[in-house]
Amino acid sequence: MSLTAEARCEAIIGLEIHVQLATRTKMFCGCALAYGAEPNSHVCPVCLGMPGSLPVINERAVELAIRAGLALNCRIAEETRWDRKSYHYPDLPKSYQISQYDLPIAFDGMVEFEVQEVHRRIRIRRAHLEEDAGKNTHDLPGRTLVDLNRAGAPLLEIVTEPDFRSAAEVREFAVQLQRIVRYLGVSEANMQKGQMRFEPNINLRIADGERVAVTPIVEVKNLNSFRALHDAIEFELADQLRRWREDGRTLRPGNKSNRGWDEERGVTVPQREKEEADDYRYFPDPDLTPLPIARERIERLREETPELPIPRTARFIAEYKLPPRDAPALVDDRASADLLDQAKDHGGEPSILGRHFLSFWLMHANARETTIAGLGVSAERMAGLARLQHEGAVNATAAAQIAEAMLTDDSPPDALAQRMGLMQTRDSGAIEAWVEQAIAANVQAVSDARENPKKLAAARGFLVGQVMKLSGGKADPRIVGELLDSRLRRPQ
Amino acid sequence: MNAPIPPGSVIEVADAVAAGRERAAEVCRAALARIAQIDPDVRAFLHVSADHARARATQLDSAIEAGRGGGALAGVPIAIKDNLCTRFAPTTAASRALEGFVPPYDATVVERLESAGALLVGKTNLDEFAMGSSTENSAFFPTHHPLDRGRVPGGSSGGSAAAVAAGMVPAALGSDTGGSVRQPAAFCGCVGLKPTYGRISRYGLIAYGSSLDQVGVLAGNVRDAARVLEVIAGPDARDATCSTHRPEAYSAAMTEELVSRRMAGLRLGVPREYFGEGLSDSVRRAVEAAIDKARRGGARVVDVSLPRARHSVAAYYVIATAEASSNLSRYDGVHYGVRRGAEAGIEALVRESRGAGFGAEVQRRIMLGTFALSAGYYDAYYAKALRVRRLLRDDFSAALREADVLISPTTPTTAFRLGEKLSDPLSMYLADVYTIAVNLAGLPAISIPCGADEAGLPIGLQLIAPALGESLLLQAARAFEQMLASAG
Repeated sequence: MSLTAEARCEAIIGLEIHVQLATRTKMFCGCALAYGAEPNSHVCPVCLGMPGSLPVINERAVELAIRAGLALNCRIAEETRWDRKSYHYPDLPKSYQISQYDLPIAFDGMVEFEVQEVHRRIRIRRAHLEEDAGKNTHDLPGRTLVDLNRAGAPLLEIVTEPDFRSAAEVREFAVQLQRIVRYLGVSEANMQKGQMRFEPNINLRIADGERVAVTPIVEVKNLNSFRALHDAIEFELADQLRRWREDGRTLRPGNKSNRGWDEERGVTVPQREKEEADDYRYFPDPDLTPLPIARERIERLREETPELPIPRTARFIAEYKLPPRDAPALVDDRASADLLDQAKDHGGEPSILGRHFLSFWLMHANARETTIAGLGVSAERMAGLARLQHEGAVNATAAAQIAEAMLTDDSPPDALAQRMGLMQTRDSGAIEAWVEQAIAANVQAVSDARENPKKLAAARGFLVGQVMKLSGGKADPRIVGELLDSRLRRPQ
Repeated sequence: MNAPIPPGSVIEVADAVAAGRERAAEVCRAALARIAQIDPDVRAFLHVSADHARARATQLDSAIEAGRGGGALAGVPIAIKDNLCTRFAPTTAASRALEGFVPPYDATVVERLESAGALLVGKTNLDEFAMGSSTENSAFFPTHHPLDRGRVPGGSSGGSAAAVAAGMVPAALGSDTGGSVRQPAAFCGCVGLKPTYGRISRYGLIAYGSSLDQVGVLAGNVRDAARVLEVIAGPDARDATCSTHRPEAYSAAMTEELVSRRMAGLRLGVPREYFGEGLSDSVRRAVEAAIDKARRGGARVVDVSLPRARHSVAAYYVIATAEASSNLSRYDGVHYGVRRGAEAGIEALVRESRGAGFGAEVQRRIMLGTFALSAGYYDAYYAKALRVRRLLRDDFSAALREADVLISPTTPTTAFRLGEKLSDPLSMYLADVYTIAVNLAGLPAISIPCGADEAGLPIGLQLIAPALGESLLLQAARAFEQMLASAG
């Protein structure tokens, strides 16, 4: 197929995300979730699919799913149901997966975010609970080994509408989704551990004058990093245009196909297709009763929903005067972000607190491989330090030194400042003496400041520096400036 | 050959052992001797767990000697249908697919029986995966009717019914999906109780039709069945479909006083659809005679109707097979059980293991159920069957507003000959025509002996009560049992 110069291609992308819920035990049995444990060491008759075993719902997983649904602005089902999805695979012990088919726990939501300074709104079609499968490994030649530790792990599958128009949008959404589920404690969303996996659905709408062609949908399976997600989409979009030019195939019912991502070669590759069409023969699981979710429970969880990372980041930038690219570092650990808000509530000046958090508190946390909240310094004392600086009692350098001492000493910040001799001198008599001393010692600078307007600023700055040096850094720079200015205005 | 000493009743044995008048070891030895003597002809057992039962009996005797109680079933030998998981014996569901499979856990009912002091003496034969009405579908061998070796004991709990009727054990557990406890009880001449769906935990019961399956009790009399039910009923955190209602004190409801007052004024509903075409004359006469007798005993007989009951066999064979097709999909040769064709890859492994593991009737039902759930057919079959099921429940609710219990024959005929219906699955399915609707409605029902036909084969009478109405059901059944035993 050939195109004219006016041809326009629009990407149509939807995303499915599997998020492993941060429960202690599996979705339908009491086995612990243990990543990296000895194969088949965390299994029982239920997750092994032994004859006669029965599933029991993990209430915690239901709660986490509702929390996630609310954060994604979804409606929560008043009654949700469990269905069996049938297929044979060695890592699926019952040969069916317990999932949710037509009554998902959450549906009709949306997420709003900014990408490259453009506001985007992505609709969430549904989010449903299901159990994970085990893992097949092919380490021995000619044999497949099955590890069922992961079988039955609780998953939330989130499905968006095909609202994305670029790989960058998808990546940004995925980043924001990871922040949200971590924020809520819904999932650790660690991609190395497979706790967050992506499957984008991709096709192209090609408009060339009157002619419109839509390419067949390709689903890229099992992407385990933001980078793979982005790169696989980029590749697939370009390749779909190339393939369409070659074969002219367009979207028809039943011609959706699956592809895998070859990370090393940076290409998507066709996956082996089954001969017959998939028929999962969904039907309601008779072993589980439908689960009613009381309105009051939903409302209680809605009230407990914290301020979420996207709006909180925007507020932090405005309120704490944070550089936009640094703000997420303070937002993403919820306890530390709460600490910052509490310090503000204790009277810390917001922009100074913002600087303290971004500079030394974060640095100390990183050095100790913990979070700011993990440093164990109370919001009240952090606010106290910010107040000292705001009132001019200490300067920024001194504040950093006091902060370090606060990590090991529970004394109030002002007591520490006193003890460490870091309180600024606000005794105007002493400062005046230093000013006189500086003026006497720097005749050239004084005359520059008085007579040459072009040199005034530089000369004044130099003189302030000299006074500060004489004071050993303790003079309050504001008072120094005032005294120096009035002295320079006076005739010699 | 000496005739074996018949077992005492559940209640007699348990009370004697608990009180120290009899030793569990002796009861156990006698039961094992009866099994050794009778079972070679009847073939009720797939596995006799003699060592396990003896060991439990010895433990129990020392516990009782030490004054540490005996339990409601102290020293009572009980047989377990082989679709209930036991750690102490293989659990096969009478299928090649599970030949030699020993579960790593006990079914909830097995745990509860043993905690109450029961001696589990073995695993009884059944139709493969409980699919059948004659026990001829066992992959291993058929069980014979204790009174006529040329006839079937019914099924699928045919082994359990035969073991009780032949006097090998005073009670046994079965499972009832469409009549599998009541029908063999009727054929063999013992009591068969199917409680309300959810009254007894299904944990450890190998699933056939999960929304219909319920563990049931086979016993020599109603009071014995009540005693066993009392032990095994009740909530279980491992089964989400198990009722959270505490069970009633069923034994306490069995006092002579309560039972003797039961019949007077009892509103006895007679569903006219259950006395129509296909019912044999001898069964009809026996059940109608019992109804007459009840009327004379003070019961108020009311004519009721279950208009949708005629669709119950059709709805059942869609729902049960649909669920079975899914429940049995796990037997794929990958994790346990029979394994064939592994060298040729996963598809061959699944295909050949299932082909070798399942018998003809199981394969037939898996195919039926798979079809009913397939894309494009779901609405026409499965969804429609569920609608029939709801309507049928409405029918029972309406009938049980007019009557306290419903009464009907358990089966249209008495026990048929081995091989008679094997080649005609449809006529086999109709053996459950009076029992199936009860499972679809989830209600409790019981079959009690009600005389015999010209050939001396037992006839069963079925009583049906409202959901969780086991006390009422058992009282009424006991009243009938006494009434039918008395002359006149």
